[in-house]
Order: sequence, then C-alpha cells, then structure tokens
Amino acid sequence: MTPLSQPLLEARHVTFGYGREPVVEDVELAIHPRDFLAVIGPNGGGKTTLVKILLGLLTPWSGEVVYRFPGGRKGRLGYVPQFSTFDKSFPLRVSDVVLMGKLGSRGLLRRYTKSDHAELEAVLDRLDLTRLARAHVSEISGGQLQRVLIARAVLSDPDILFLDEPTASIDAESRQVLTELLKDLNRSIPIVVITHDVTSIAPLVQHIACINRRLWYHAGGELDQAMLEEVYGCPVEMVTHGVAHRVLHDHPHHGHAHDHPNH
Amino acid sequence: MHSLLDALSYELMRNAVLAGVLAAVLCGVVGPFVVVKRLAFLSDGISHAAFGGMGACFYFGLDPLLGAVAVALGCALALGLLDTEAIRSYDAIIGVLWAVGLAIGIVFVYKTPGYAPNLMTYLFGNILLVSRHELAVLAVLAGSVLFILALFFKGIVAVSFDEVFARVQGAPVRLLMVLLLTMIALSVVILIQVVGIILVVALLTIPPVICLMFLKDLHSVILGSVLLGVGMTLGGLTLSYLYDLPSGPAIILLGAAVLLAVYLLRKLRGGAPRLLPDLRG
Repeated sequence: MTPLSQPLLEARHVTFGYGREPVVEDVELAIHPRDFLAVIGPNGGGKTTLVKILLGLLTPWSGEVVYRFPGGRKGRLGYVPQFSTFDKSFPLRVSDVVLMGKLGSRGLLRRYTKSDHAELEAVLDRLDLTRLARAHVSEISGGQLQRVLIARAVLSDPDILFLDEPTASIDAESRQVLTELLKDLNRSIPIVVITHDVTSIAPLVQHIACINRRLWYHAGGELDQAMLEEVYGCPVEMVTHGVAHRVLHDHPHHGHAHDHPNH
Repeated sequence: MHSLLDALSYELMRNAVLAGVLAAVLCGVVGPFVVVKRLAFLSDGISHAAFGGMGACFYFGLDPLLGAVAVALGCALALGLLDTEAIRSYDAIIGVLWAVGLAIGIVFVYKTPGYAPNLMTYLFGNILLVSRHELAVLAVLAGSVLFILALFFKGIVAVSFDEVFARVQGAPVRLLMVLLLTMIALSVVILIQVVGIILVVALLTIPPVICLMFLKDLHSVILGSVLLGVGMTLGGLTLSYLYDLPSGPAIILLGAAVLLAVYLLRKLRGGAPRLLPDLRG
C-alpha cells in the first residue's frame, strides 16, 4: 500500500443515536489524503450527526472512528458548522473569532504569537474579510459570518476540513471565492462537505456519500438514479446527465422518524 | 464630604471599602463571562448553596467563610464535570443544589445552641462586619481568581465563546469549564461578604450588562466592568453611610439606576442598545 492510499480517517461499523433509535447505523467510511467527499441525504438523514461523529464530538454507540495521521501524530481537524454554535452578542471582533483557529496549535498557556497574527492577516485577506476585521460579530451578515467561520477553520491549518452546508447562506460572489479556496486547499488536504446542493461545488467533488441512517458510498463523483432512489426512498430527478443534483421534492414522511436537532 | 473622610478613619470603614473594591474588581473580571455564557442562574445557585457550608461551619464553631469556599468549590467542580449535553435538566440540578444548600444552612443555624446569628447578615450581607482577618482571606481568594484567569485567558475565552469549536481544536474543554466555574465560585464567596447571598448575582451582572451595550471587545468590557463595579460599590457605600441605608441593597440599587439611565439614554438617542434584545433570544 502506498502512503497515499492509506486512509487518514476510517469509520468502522459506526452506529449512533440521540434517543433509542439510531440516527446513523453501521456506517463504513474512509477518508483518504486529497479526497473531496460530498455528503448528501435527506433532512434528518444524519449528515450533521455523521460529521460530528467523525470530528469526535459525539461518541458512537458501537463501532469506532480511527484516525491515522502521518508519523502517528495527533492530527488537526477543521470544522465549519452550519449554524454558528455561539452567541453572536459575545464581545469579540471578527479578527478575535478567526484567531481562535490558532487555539490548538500551541500550548494552552501560551498567548497568540506574532506569526499567528501574520497568518490571521493572510486568511482574512484571502476570504475578503480584512475590511471587517474590527467589526463586532453581531454586526456582520449571515454570509459574512459564514466566511468568518471558514477563515477560522482554515487558520487552524487542518489535516482534514469538514464543512456543513457552506454554501447555504452565501452569495454568488462569495461562492466563487469559496470554490477557489476549497480547490486550493484540496491540493494538500482532504475536504468533506455536507450539502443539499451538489451543483454548487460539483466540479470539485470526487466522491459522494449518501446518508439516510445507512450510508451509501460512491467512489467517483457520479451518481446513478437507482442509488439515489434507494437512499431517498422515492423517485429523484436527475437534472444533468452524470452529475448528482439536489432532490427536487421534499419527502417529510421519510425523515420524521429520526428527527433531531441539527447541531 | 468631611464626614465621609472622617468615616474612613475607622478601621471598620476602611475594611469595608477595601472589601468592596476587591469584590468590584472580581465582578468586573468574572461578570462578563457570567453574562455572555449565561451563567447567572448557576452563579446564584452556587451562592445559595454556599449557605449550607456557612451554616455547618457556624454550628461546629468554625469560620463560616471556610464552609462557603468549600461548598462553592464543590458545586463548581460537580457542575463543571457534568455533561451538559447529556443532562437535559441542567438548570433543574442547579435549582436542587440551590435549595438543598440553603435548607442545610438554615437547619444548622437553627440548631446552633446559644446566640443565633442573624440570618439577614448572610442573606443580605453586611460589608461593615468584614474583619481584618476576613479581608486577608478575601484578598487571597481574589488573587487566585485573577491568577487562574491570567494563566488560562485564551482557553477560557474560547470555551466561553464556542465550546464545540474549542473541542474540535483539541482544547481540554471540561478542564477549562471547571476553571471558569471555580473562578465564579470563588468570586461568589467574596461577593457574599459584600452584598450577601441573595444580591450576589446583581453585582455580577449589572456592570457587564452596561458595558456590553457599548463595547465591542472583551478586554474593554472587562476593564469597563471593573471601573463601573468599583464606582457602584463605593457610591453605594457612600449612600449607605449618608442616608443610613443597608449597604448591599444601596450598592445594587445604585447600579440598577445607572443601568436604567444608560439604557434609556441610548434609546432616546436612537441607537438601539445592542446586547439587551439579543440576550433574550
């Protein structure tokens, strides 16, 4: 096995739920260096839950998640949540929030260093946030906040980057910036994106995983009708040949059994 | 003014002023975390539970301050180690600690033979009763709080702001939460001496709430809260001396008046106060 084919992260027979019913069941998934994986599935299908398990935020009922970073070191994971997990009234400026990406890089007792600040400037510039650096987090728009969270995760210099619906509240121009950024990052690290709308990042996607309690993994960026229908449990419209597109109809009857808070 | 300076020539008054300043500094430093992390109910719970320790120490002839510290730290440790995500009724647990601590304290005080201490003193505080010995203990406690915060500032801010992200970053979230709660517990014990068990939460929250209406970053909020807290405490003590009012309520009511005035001023000037509406959501 060449080092490149060795997965960095592996989920083995992972089952987890919030109540009695499992939300994800017997999930097998491997993330290799430089993968670009899109995770799709119906609402309540367990997308966010799966990512939280992979991040180590939730402990599986059974099965395990194994990390294998080169040299046996403890790898860094980057996470851009769908909804901000914090209170926007907290007295912090945009630059303070992004700088927290450097929280884990040095000892807990060490202050942020000059080089941390230099990297901060670079990331802010890259995500077009320099102008907002001194703004309070409650003063910026949803799309801008999304970019702040992405900047924070990028600054942490992750070995794997997870993004939960990164394009949901972002305008067309920011989407372009984001796509370029992800493409660039993907040259060195694997990226996992939860999305409802694969079209927005379609050119980048290499593999697709569909989750609706169980996970269907599809090597290669193409999906076929039969697989989608199996996952969603209903007919799905394919818009363009060979590329997976969003599910056009809502099917609440299918997700209700596993309703849970999304974060 | 003359009579105020006269008052300072009494050790009793000097001790009161020093204790007040110590308490105010801590309010300013710890209060912003209590407000933004929404730990006001938890702080109030620790404050009331601490009475159990005070009552027990009183019954056994020990220093009540010792009991308060022990119980407050115990609560901080227990609440910090609980998994808030797994326990849905976190606030109910705080409520139980609150009531049980208070009940234990009252039973001990009731059963103490001979002279029964005035419950009102503990519940509403009497800063004029702070002895030189107690003042020294308070200074040590305050020093510990400032030390913990200075040492772990980066991590404590990160955990207060976004626990999930801090965990992903590999920060020891549980430890940092315990440290934050320990700081709150020690501050609460000090504040009990100044304004009493029941009014502690007001002193912790009023100065930061005022500052959060104007200021954008945590350092300014902390500094502003310290200054406001000192002003509130000294002003309240002055009012208490001049008009023969109980000191704790005088401090709190002065602070509340300032809060209301600032809020209304900002409303009149058209700038919607930033934080207050957010805090409800």
